Amino acid sequence: MIDVLIIGGGNAALCAALMAREAGASVMLLEASPKIWRGGNSQHTRNLRCMHDEPQDVLIDAYPEEEYWQDLLKVTGGLTDEKLARIAIRASSSCRDWMRSHGVHFQPPLSGALHVARTNAFFMGGGKALVNAYFRSAERLGVKVRYNTQVTDIELDEGKFVAAHVGEHEVDGQRFAAERIEARACVLAAGGFESNREWLREAWGQNERGEWPSDNFLIRGTRFNTGILLRRMLDLGADVIGDPTQAHMVAIDARAPLYDGGICTRIDCVSLGVVVNRDGERFYDEGEDFWPKRYAIWGRLVAGQPGQQAYSIIDQQAIGRFMPPVFPGTTANTLQDLARQLKLPEEKFVKTVEDYNSACRVGTFDHTALDDCHTQGLTPAKTHWARPLVKPPFYAYPLKPGVTFTYLGLATDETAAVHFNGKASPNLFVAGEMMAGNVLGKGYTAGIGMAIGTAFGRIAGVQAAASVGFGVSTANTESRHATV
Amino acid sequence: MQLFDPQASGGLIPVLNLDESEVQRQMTICNACRYCEGFCAVFPAMTRRLEFTQADIHYLANLCHNCGACLHACQYAAPHEFDVNIPKAMAKVRLDTYAEYAWPQVMGKLYQRNGLTLALASGGALALFLCLTLMLMGNLFTAIPGGNFYQIFPHNTLALMFGSVFGFAVLALTLGVRRFWRNVSPVAAPLPLKTSAALEATVNVAKLKYLDGGHGEGCNNADDQFTLWRRRFHHLTFYGFMLCFAATGVATLFHYLLKWSAPYPIFSLPVMLGIAGGIGLLIGPAGLLWLNLRRNPEHGDENQKPMDRGFIALLFLVSASGLALLALRETSALGLMLAIHLGLVMAFFLTMPYSKFAHGIFRSAALLKHAIEKRQPNPINAGSD
Repeated sequence: MIDVLIIGGGNAALCAALMAREAGASVMLLEASPKIWRGGNSQHTRNLRCMHDEPQDVLIDAYPEEEYWQDLLKVTGGLTDEKLARIAIRASSSCRDWMRSHGVHFQPPLSGALHVARTNAFFMGGGKALVNAYFRSAERLGVKVRYNTQVTDIELDEGKFVAAHVGEHEVDGQRFAAERIEARACVLAAGGFESNREWLREAWGQNERGEWPSDNFLIRGTRFNTGILLRRMLDLGADVIGDPTQAHMVAIDARAPLYDGGICTRIDCVSLGVVVNRDGERFYDEGEDFWPKRYAIWGRLVAGQPGQQAYSIIDQQAIGRFMPPVFPGTTANTLQDLARQLKLPEEKFVKTVEDYNSACRVGTFDHTALDDCHTQGLTPAKTHWARPLVKPPFYAYPLKPGVTFTYLGLATDETAAVHFNGKASPNLFVAGEMMAGNVLGKGYTAGIGMAIGTAFGRIAGVQAAASVGFGVSTANTESRHATV
Repeated sequence: MQLFDPQASGGLIPVLNLDESEVQRQMTICNACRYCEGFCAVFPAMTRRLEFTQADIHYLANLCHNCGACLHACQYAAPHEFDVNIPKAMAKVRLDTYAEYAWPQVMGKLYQRNGLTLALASGGALALFLCLTLMLMGNLFTAIPGGNFYQIFPHNTLALMFGSVFGFAVLALTLGVRRFWRNVSPVAAPLPLKTSAALEATVNVAKLKYLDGGHGEGCNNADDQFTLWRRRFHHLTFYGFMLCFAATGVATLFHYLLKWSAPYPIFSLPVMLGIAGGIGLLIGPAGLLWLNLRRNPEHGDENQKPMDRGFIALLFLVSASGLALLALRETSALGLMLAIHLGLVMAFFLTMPYSKFAHGIFRSAALLKHAIEKRQPNPINAGSD
């Protein structure tokens, strides 16, 4: 029998598999997707938020534990478990040597991402390169990897894991019979439910306009996160944490693909212009803070607008001052023409922009600082970077909510154990998005998902191996970390 | 899904062909992602641009070393609907640029079926030298004491034949790369900047910097695993070639300055250089061919395999025939070996401006341009907040 079964194929699953295998356990990893789509949402990631007390290779200055914790506290509005959060934060300061020992490379911050040069370590080539490295290392170490293997059910015996069930399925025309896979311990790391349209619909429900908002959501992450395993665990009575409507959700280009849009579909010019809804009205302070600190709230903001649509409007002055978007903007030499092209109510839209223009109090514009350009007497106000939109051509980018991952998950503790009625399972553990909600009740800050996934993936792997007799002595781990 | 609107670009920009449009489409996606910045020079060069003109595309295509790293790391590679494959898109344009910048331009057509070009050149040159040998000697198997091949082809005849063909090749390559340079060249830069840029570009060429993967573990070949063997075999090929070239250069100096004519003894400088270079030029191309046969089919342009493999084979044969000539120069095979070697060398020189050889010239020019422009302030000030 396999010692440790890992369900999932993203960062957390791979970290768990590698740690369990390093502890000496025999490990099998089941990835629901075909090999070509492996890695879950990790394939779309780009960095890890890292605590550090002094400069480290690609990281400048320091990012101490307390500052990291305060940042997390701020974005989650207190919806976090301090104990687990601090575990993830501390782990982020020492895990990178281990990551490197499995082939992950880091690179200096990307151009246009200098705002996170202090806090975030970027993966060379991005998350897919990281996933590739981990899979290579796992296979080299003898982890058995199976693709196209969607686990549909978990067999429990009073909170103890017994076996995973794989339904009958077809791959490239070949049929595979249903299967029962026994193991002595198991780690669940199969992601959230963001790609399950019915579940999103159920969670978000119908709004006062009679719309089903989630029908207009795009998914930035993997199409394979359908939450089948999460739903099954909820049905089996596992303890739950989080609100099903909470997710890492940003405003992305409405023309993005339905799934796997990833990073390039974001629109980074929001703070340089105005954003209007389908009715041609502004609805939030576009200049509240730097865009990297605000993009995570704009998904929900747009989700609250009629038709879950909005348009980011800029003029020629903004060109070259933001990350180039993947799709070209709609351009026009007059606001009227822009409104017509966007099918916005022309008069209303022009009035909105003109009201904004005349409310602008322009001081010294500086898009790299919280400058003193703001509006006066305008609701909602624009508190920074408020410059009249007067220099044609005007550009418009359509926005829709883009979900990266959902926060509803399984409640856990510092051992990453799955809990039933407050009691920890002896051999069933959880990592990654399936438990990130413990730390991240709402909001988001760049690189925190990978920090949680790496920390709790590694913990889950160690605990799963230890639960079946493969204990790692702390001394060994530390000396290993010191030498790699 | 349409990622760019062909109607949208202004009328003054040269119309892009299909391959160029594809690079433009993909670069627009990459520029919004940028995850691959650490791998090579292409992506940092890309971030200095918001739009990609034909000149930019030609430059970036030649800056790409087809290492494959970005393809395996790409979240937008097929089966993703964005279907991003930078190594392939760049390779297609690169071939177009070789043909387009060839001098005289009509000869660029030779790139269309480059395997055939090399085969015909080799066959023709071999036939020429075999016939010449027969004409001069009456047969192909005459032993000449001391292996003095100048008794078959006098020194001056060879110097004239090869000198003029080589001179033409150098001229054609120079004119080609000059036109390329003028087309893609950056704005004027001060001399000290250009000097340090030239130094960096030379080091990057000499070390094959961009086959190290950005992390030193090498590039990709068959799959997402990194290997240093492509770089090593290319080094053997390149430095083997340079040593052979040096052997010829030294021999020429001996001939004219020291009045000491070939054949030289084994332990003379030209022969030692030639042997060392020849061995490199055997192992290097053999290794590159071996890797090429195992190369992931998604890397580069499948249609260019004949060009790559033909060139590799020709290098290997030049070296093998040279070493065989040395080994057999005291025997009756001298005439035959000499004819074969001279024929292959002639084919190599003849096709130099119209074969894979040109990649080194154009890539060096692109690396120089990159070294210059990276020393200048980035014209784009995007998202540095």
